[in-house]
Amino acid sequence: MVRFGTQEWYDTYMSEINNSKAYEEAAKTWEGDFYFITEKGGPVKEPIYGYVDLYHGKCRKAEVVTDRKKYSPEFIISAPYHIWKRICLKQLDSTQALITKQSRLMTGSRGTMAKIMRYTKAANELTNITAKIPTEWLD
Amino acid sequence: MWTFSCPLIVYGDYALEYIAQIQGKKAFIVTDKTIVKLGLAKLLTDQLDAVNIKWKIFDEIEPEPSLATVKKGGVAVGKYQPDWVIGLGGGSCIDAAKAIIILLVQPDLEPDCIVASDTYNFRAKARLMAIPTTSGTGAEATWAIVLTDAENKRKIGLGTTECTPDVAILDPVMVESMPPQITADTGMDVICQAIEGYVSTWGTSITEGPGLIAARQALEYLPRAYKDGNDLEARKEMQNAAILAGLSFGNSMAGLGHSTGHALGAMYHLPHGRTVGLFLPYTMEYLINGSEETMTRYAEIARYCGVASGSDEDCARALIARIRALSKEIDQPLSVGDCDIDKSQYDESIPALVDRALNEVMTITVTRVPGEEDLGKIFRYAYDGKSIDF
Repeated sequence: MVRFGTQEWYDTYMSEINNSKAYEEAAKTWEGDFYFITEKGGPVKEPIYGYVDLYHGKCRKAEVVTDRKKYSPEFIISAPYHIWKRICLKQLDSTQALITKQSRLMTGSRGTMAKIMRYTKAANELTNITAKIPTEWLD
Repeated sequence: MWTFSCPLIVYGDYALEYIAQIQGKKAFIVTDKTIVKLGLAKLLTDQLDAVNIKWKIFDEIEPEPSLATVKKGGVAVGKYQPDWVIGLGGGSCIDAAKAIIILLVQPDLEPDCIVASDTYNFRAKARLMAIPTTSGTGAEATWAIVLTDAENKRKIGLGTTECTPDVAILDPVMVESMPPQITADTGMDVICQAIEGYVSTWGTSITEGPGLIAARQALEYLPRAYKDGNDLEARKEMQNAAILAGLSFGNSMAGLGHSTGHALGAMYHLPHGRTVGLFLPYTMEYLINGSEETMTRYAEIARYCGVASGSDEDCARALIARIRALSKEIDQPLSVGDCDIDKSQYDESIPALVDRALNEVMTITVTRVPGEEDLGKIFRYAYDGKSIDF
């Protein structure tokens, strides 16, 4: 079991991404990085900034950072802990979470929605991967 | 948590007279040149004049509106500063109006940066009205915005639930002059949306009802509206079916017929309704072959619409046969080959079609999600008009 939001969790996430043929196929032309932000609240005392750099179907870096300014990713997805938990457990579809404004997608200066909308399948595979991680939840 | 968005629906004879009840000073009308030429814009502006609401027409919306056109509309609406934005026309005009009203409050925003999770609060400045002149897209009832990235020949699905119009006016006078071809194209869109909304994995009992009724009404009234445009009962029922289908799929999600149809339409510049209607039977066969759950759902539709009775499979396949027969009756293409697309050019474009379809949300809201290989086969079978046997 790996504890959610820790470096160990992100290491496992990176490893699972890099072992996923389905993700590799779906994201073979994707180039772009993210912050997955778990907002402060509930068992989360300080925001968790997970930086994930995805390139051509592989994960080049997955790092938990304390200084948000360390990276300037193309895309930022932010949600409270309980929403991330539901998404990771596939109790809530990640796109439905955005539509109902339970999570927020922000594009950085380089990112556009048009780009991310071209990779729905890859985004779905990323969620499938999180469901495989044996996660120790914070609550 | 899930939501059901719905405008105030004003419908029936003289529905346009509802304009006399709105509060406001200036209306910005988003439409196209054909609507103006047909005199339909004048029907609206006469109503606005009667209640001393000033208006300005932006009539530059093209079919499958581009990001650039919407941006231009954003500049125009910013100069005019209306308190109503009215989308008047087919889905293209209404979708463009949804994007343009966001640019009214965020003029520097690029249209392709409209994000579902964002809140734009455009109602602090203006409200949104939709007056459809076709009976098909359901855009008057949905928050989705479909724009075209002309550079990459790709349709982009954008929008936020805020973009559901405040008011949708369904006046039969707006659709009675619709030509048969557009009646057929948009009518097939209704059937596709109704059926896909009903079986969507994002659907609930709240979205099933409108989908079911829309399917029944469209199967009954589309041939009549196509054959006799002056059949006002058929026109009104198709208007109702269109908005009901919009409420169904707009609050759940469309499916594979839409993702494959979108891809074909964007690559070959074919009307939306024609392409989604073309792919609907093929994608239904694909789902039947691999998903008992969806087969049962199709059977429910077939029984409700009086298409067939018997086993789930018999009913589901009878529904597909009914859709194909209807397409033939209203002179719609039954195969991609019927669309005058060169076969060798089409074969070359299949990887691009697959890539586009694969990355539509609508591809993953079905019970049997195809991969690249199956999508490629669906596109190939659809060219030849061959039933899906895998």
